[in-house]
Amino acid sequence: MSGWFVVLVALHALVIFAGFFAPYDPTEQDRRRPYLPPMRLHFLDNQGHFHARPFAYALKLGEGSFDQYEEDIGRALPLKFMVRGANYRLLGLLPSRLHLFGAEEERIYLLGSDAYGRDQLSRFLYGGRVSLFAGLLGAGVTVLLGLCVGAAAGYYGGWRDDLLMRLAELFLALPWLYLLFALRAFLPLAVSPLEAFFLIIAVLGAVGWARPARLVRGVVLSAKERDFVRAARGFGATDGYLLRRHILPATSTVLLTQAAILVPQFILAEMTLSFLGLGVPEPVPSWGNLLSSLQQYSVLVSYWWMYLPALIMLPFFLGYLGLGSELQERTGPCKIEGRLGGLE
Amino acid sequence: MKPATAHGSFRRILLILLFVLAASFTRALAASPPQNHSKDELLVLPGEIGHLGGRLVVALRAEPKTLNPLIAVDTASVEVIAAMQADLVHINRATQLTEPTLAKSWKMSADGLQYTLVLRRGLKFSDGHPVDADDVLFTFRTYLDEKVHAPQRDLLLFDGKPITLRKVDSQTIVFELPKSYAVAERMFDGWFILPRHLLEKPYEEGKIAQLGTLGTPASQWAGTGPFRLKEYVAGQRLVLERNSYYWKTDAKGNRLPYLDELVFLFVPSADAQALRFQSGETDIISRLGAENFSLLSREQKDYTMVDAGPSLEYNFLFFNLNDLGEKAPAEMIQKQKWFRDVKFRQAVSSAVDREAIVRLVYQGRGAALWGLVTPGNRRRWADEKLPHPPRSLERARELLKEAGFSWRAAGNGDSWLQDSGGKPVEFSIIAQSSSAERSKMAALIQDDLKQLGMRVQVVPLESRSLVDRVTQTKDYDACVLGAASPDADPNVDINVWLSSGGLHLWNPSQTHPATPWEAEIDRLLNEQMYARTFEQRKKLYDRAQEILWEYQPMIFLASADILTGAKKSVGNFRPAVLEPYVLWNVEQLYLKNDAVNATR
Repeated sequence: MSGWFVVLVALHALVIFAGFFAPYDPTEQDRRRPYLPPMRLHFLDNQGHFHARPFAYALKLGEGSFDQYEEDIGRALPLKFMVRGANYRLLGLLPSRLHLFGAEEERIYLLGSDAYGRDQLSRFLYGGRVSLFAGLLGAGVTVLLGLCVGAAAGYYGGWRDDLLMRLAELFLALPWLYLLFALRAFLPLAVSPLEAFFLIIAVLGAVGWARPARLVRGVVLSAKERDFVRAARGFGATDGYLLRRHILPATSTVLLTQAAILVPQFILAEMTLSFLGLGVPEPVPSWGNLLSSLQQYSVLVSYWWMYLPALIMLPFFLGYLGLGSELQERTGPCKIEGRLGGLE
Repeated sequence: MKPATAHGSFRRILLILLFVLAASFTRALAASPPQNHSKDELLVLPGEIGHLGGRLVVALRAEPKTLNPLIAVDTASVEVIAAMQADLVHINRATQLTEPTLAKSWKMSADGLQYTLVLRRGLKFSDGHPVDADDVLFTFRTYLDEKVHAPQRDLLLFDGKPITLRKVDSQTIVFELPKSYAVAERMFDGWFILPRHLLEKPYEEGKIAQLGTLGTPASQWAGTGPFRLKEYVAGQRLVLERNSYYWKTDAKGNRLPYLDELVFLFVPSADAQALRFQSGETDIISRLGAENFSLLSREQKDYTMVDAGPSLEYNFLFFNLNDLGEKAPAEMIQKQKWFRDVKFRQAVSSAVDREAIVRLVYQGRGAALWGLVTPGNRRRWADEKLPHPPRSLERARELLKEAGFSWRAAGNGDSWLQDSGGKPVEFSIIAQSSSAERSKMAALIQDDLKQLGMRVQVVPLESRSLVDRVTQTKDYDACVLGAASPDADPNVDINVWLSSGGLHLWNPSQTHPATPWEAEIDRLLNEQMYARTFEQRKKLYDRAQEILWEYQPMIFLASADILTGAKKSVGNFRPAVLEPYVLWNVEQLYLKNDAVNATR
């Protein structure tokens, strides 16, 4: 089992069980605490006493200010584990109120809060659901479409190949962002978050299939000329059998690698769309929505913690890219060459 | 055409002579306003004495579309034109009172039907051509000409009949009104006097609306304002230069304006404007958002930030109450059944957290609103009897219950609102994506209404398509929008109040009032327009405000403060809450330190 794969599974578990790991409901506003900076966790209080249970000091607004907070030394908020809080459904099924951590008296903000006093940590975790799964599903759809088109083009060849490949080139050349703008204009004014989510996936899939299709076609072209494939055909194997048993399995590694590279790309695409206000509508969090407030100059300059989501996303991207390159190494050109060398 | 340079300098000498002579005269000619006739026909302004020279750089959100006051509607054009033109009587943006400008005096006849205005002597356009009564007659003839399509034309009609003008002599004009008009001399504000010698021929040829584009050669355009056109660079800037024929002086007798040049840079976004100001590229800034204002205040070095106080801007939420006729989709008919229910609108109003809007959107630099008249109105038009109830979800729930709505529990402990037919209450609110403030208001309202069990979606839209939906296609559920009154008089908002008005947004341009209360508002507003005393008008206007509050076609939210800033080197910087907030006294603005200016 690859290391990257384990990392990715762990990271995804965080996001899948966002309800449990996030301390609060991501859409709940705390209107007394807009733009609250991340609370620092302390082990030592200001008298120098050590506490085994970490705590944060409550923050209060500075005199006459609306966004400058000061630590209120008088009020410590000890971090409690396994607390009961906001309702959620585990995996969308089991209703639960159990959260990994929280504080009793007041809300605790480990990543700060946004313009409406919503907890950024909770928004990040819940937002990951939208962004990661848009990426995963989008990549799945793309790879599947690419497989079908590529296999058909490569296996049947001739005018079918020409037609499909020219179509693929056309799609590669499409300015997909504008396509999306146009598509959005045809839809009704208000789109529910779920509709928006599937719309994004549909668009990503529809636009992204061309590249994997070309890759698959190449593999299929070389695979169908292999001796054992020819032999099987000579023995009267049908097209379906050949594709299923001999040709498509040869594409699997290419596809997996391709998928691992596509996922982070599509996560980024989703973020771009949400950043531009074309993605999942507020107040539902997504990673793009989290970053979209950075379009404002005052936020960019005044509230540094609004960048944090972008930093925490890095391990996710690294994980996928690491996995991708690992898969490529395992099955990459050197291996194939080695095998071919052996044959000769 | 005349030999411009020789002629010009001759005139200048003549003017100086005139000035010297006038100074030695006694106070012979007494006119109604006391301070402005002491020495001369020039208007003497009180205030800090500045020094001449230098240039001031200001940012504009968009390129002005035109320099022609006859057709200008966009904010950028209006702002630029205000620096190039002058009116007969002007509303002082700081005091909100009228003051004499091109007309040195005015007199109203006892029946209120005649206004006699006397022009200052020695007035000249920026090209040196003298101004007389014929220019005034020509100006109003063009504004009133239907073929010109001046957007303000309706303001010169009284019960459909136009105002008429009569020339008494070259300095005196009588305005005859078909009906006595309550706004009195305030109505003369904003009617810029046009140069007949330049525009009469094009007007007769029917080409006057095409004139005054930004590409107009400076020699073919003139006005009576402090500045005149110098240079226009497409996409970058518009440069105005001093009008040496301007008719105002400071207390020491220096001819205003102080500045040599006024430069408008085109900077499209609010954030970019704040940045340009911060880096010192612009000297003065207005229309700042609260967040940028506090950011600039925190880091202020060589500039001063001024909160000029509550503006006349009002932001509001309204529902689509248009009669959509047969073609309306069933879903929309269903929604409008809720929207038309007064109790539903009252419940929404009761659930909106106005204090939170002021705090989160304006960082406290604003005021919660319960009616159209904002605290920025110094003319006491606000109805003191209007209630200011705090937010109450209980009251909102009660109202909804009375209106036949009920709640259905959802699985996760929430409950959703449904109407008497069991249909869940779901609708969308459109808001301008370009306005961070209004998008934020919509997001707060969304959360407020979620607590009533309403499922609301916020849809950010580009301004033009939003306006198109509201006024043309009428394809929307609810909308958050804002408007700013240009003056503190009720009549400037007449298009919002009257059911036939184009800005009666929830159901614009009706041929007949759709509801009895709209008919009543029409009656009250029309009556106050011709009432003779302030008290009478105030009583009628108060009643109209109460009706608006009772029926809640517009759910008023909040009003922002006017947030401005200027470099410390800018003198006479006195921001006002009326437009143009910082440039209203542009003729008096000056640069304190020439060295700062010279190094540029």
